[in-house]
Amino acid sequence: MALLEIAGVSKSFGGVAANVDISFEVAEGEILGLIGPNGAGKTSLFNSIAGEVTPDSGEIRLDGIRVSGLGPVECAARGIARTFQVVRSFDSMTVLENVMVGAFARTAHAREAMREATETLDFCGLRGRADRPAWSLSPPEKRRLEVARALATHPRVLLLDEMLTGLTPTEAQEGVQLVRDVQRRGITIIMVEHVMEIVLPLVSRAVVLNLGRVLTIGQPAEIVRNPEVIRAYLGDRYAAA
Amino acid sequence: MDNFILARRRRELMVAGALLVVAVVVPRFIADVTTLNVIILSLLFAGLAQAWNILGGYCGQISLGHALYFGIGAYVSTLLYVHAGLPPSAGIFLGGVVGGIAALLVGWPCFRLSGHYYAIATVVVGEIGYLLFLNWDYVGGATGVYIPIAKPSLLNLQFGKDKLPYLYLVLAFAAATWIAAWLIEGSRWGYAWRAVKDDVVAARSLGVNIFSSKMAAAAISGFFTGLGGAIYGLYVGYIDPDSVMAGHFSILIALPAVLGGVGTLWGPILGAALLIPVKELSSSYLGGSGRGVDLMLYGAMIVVVALAQPQGLVLLFRRRAHGPA
Repeated sequence: MALLEIAGVSKSFGGVAANVDISFEVAEGEILGLIGPNGAGKTSLFNSIAGEVTPDSGEIRLDGIRVSGLGPVECAARGIARTFQVVRSFDSMTVLENVMVGAFARTAHAREAMREATETLDFCGLRGRADRPAWSLSPPEKRRLEVARALATHPRVLLLDEMLTGLTPTEAQEGVQLVRDVQRRGITIIMVEHVMEIVLPLVSRAVVLNLGRVLTIGQPAEIVRNPEVIRAYLGDRYAAA
Repeated sequence: MDNFILARRRRELMVAGALLVVAVVVPRFIADVTTLNVIILSLLFAGLAQAWNILGGYCGQISLGHALYFGIGAYVSTLLYVHAGLPPSAGIFLGGVVGGIAALLVGWPCFRLSGHYYAIATVVVGEIGYLLFLNWDYVGGATGVYIPIAKPSLLNLQFGKDKLPYLYLVLAFAAATWIAAWLIEGSRWGYAWRAVKDDVVAARSLGVNIFSSKMAAAAISGFFTGLGGAIYGLYVGYIDPDSVMAGHFSILIALPAVLGGVGTLWGPILGAALLIPVKELSSSYLGGSGRGVDLMLYGAMIVVVALAQPQGLVLLFRRRAHGPA
């Protein structure tokens, strides 16, 4: 059985249909790419999966149990963690303290949370920054901090929202390595990404969204040749080529 | 395992211990009643500002209605003494408990609002409380309540003309609020609350329950504010809505924390140590003839601090930690 099932999820904001009848499954341990042009509904879908918003119809199930509509706190408790497209660090705290907030999701003891957070920072390559205020980090470091914070909650599914966007090629490659390391820990990953050439080699499958609907689902090699995908990204002129 | 957080917390305890020793010893050599009075009020407001800081600083919920909990604490303790004969040594804690409950009752509707809207709601609720007490005969209405003078004793927390016991009482209060804040800072709650302050969406994505975090912070903050109000009532010996529940108390409780540094352990103490003496001395030397010079001076000082060090004076001491990052 799939770890995460998205079953017929629709969500509208006012008159705008952000997601329309979206269905797909995510297998345990895979890296799934969620791609599509701007406004395709990727972040909206993330917000539904993370519990931040409740779908108007349809269900999201983790291990066969419905999680949609339970709210972000409960979703986090059940093992769905996320990062944000626009970085949301806790700027009055140090880097280690930021990650401890995540670690407290699994323990009530400060020492335990501290140990967990230190290990997680180590894993994410931020150990040297532990005592710095979070606001002082560089943009790629902040992205890592968000990953570390989410990992500290011991998630089963990690949602990465444009974690590699806006980075230099070198930084992006380091980010890719981090994603692979996270997967090796047995954590299932769904990543939203714009940059096709980075995300496609990384993922086992990709779901392409366009105008709120699923355009196609497939392996990276199929995706790039799909005329509909090319049309959605580049326009009609390039689809025939 | 040792790291910078534990080292910092140990350092904080040591500084606090040293300050406590100074605060215990130095007043013994002060005979001047006016000076002792200023120290007592400074310590009281250091504690009250710390209580405010627990909700406003750590959890980021800027309350401008803390006069309500302050007044409720004073009234509960006083009325239980006057009407039921309950000794104030127990009554002040009940005053704190009712203050905490009041903060929960206010928080329940108001925490659905955020930012400025929450702050405005607390102003209004505080004002409602003030008007209720002003027109409520059982609690003395606008005439207020005198605390009957009893034999000086620890049970009654009355010490006659002797100022020193009062000073140690408010010192214990200020120390208790500091320790509460210190314990919170190192606990799961403290981390959750600061996360709520910094970014609500990120906090709940990490499993932090926003509403219950705010409620817990409000309860603790309201408890200590009520406790401080009860102690203040005992100290001045007479309470009426204007002297314990008027809106300016809400500002006076919040201001030391804001000036000293919101969400820091030392901010409220630093702010109170600076503000209260200036306020008391300027009003005794410059006030009285209705010219308001004392208030101008007081206001000017607040403006200067706000312009020069908007994050709070406590930052003046923090520069060396990492240098300008």
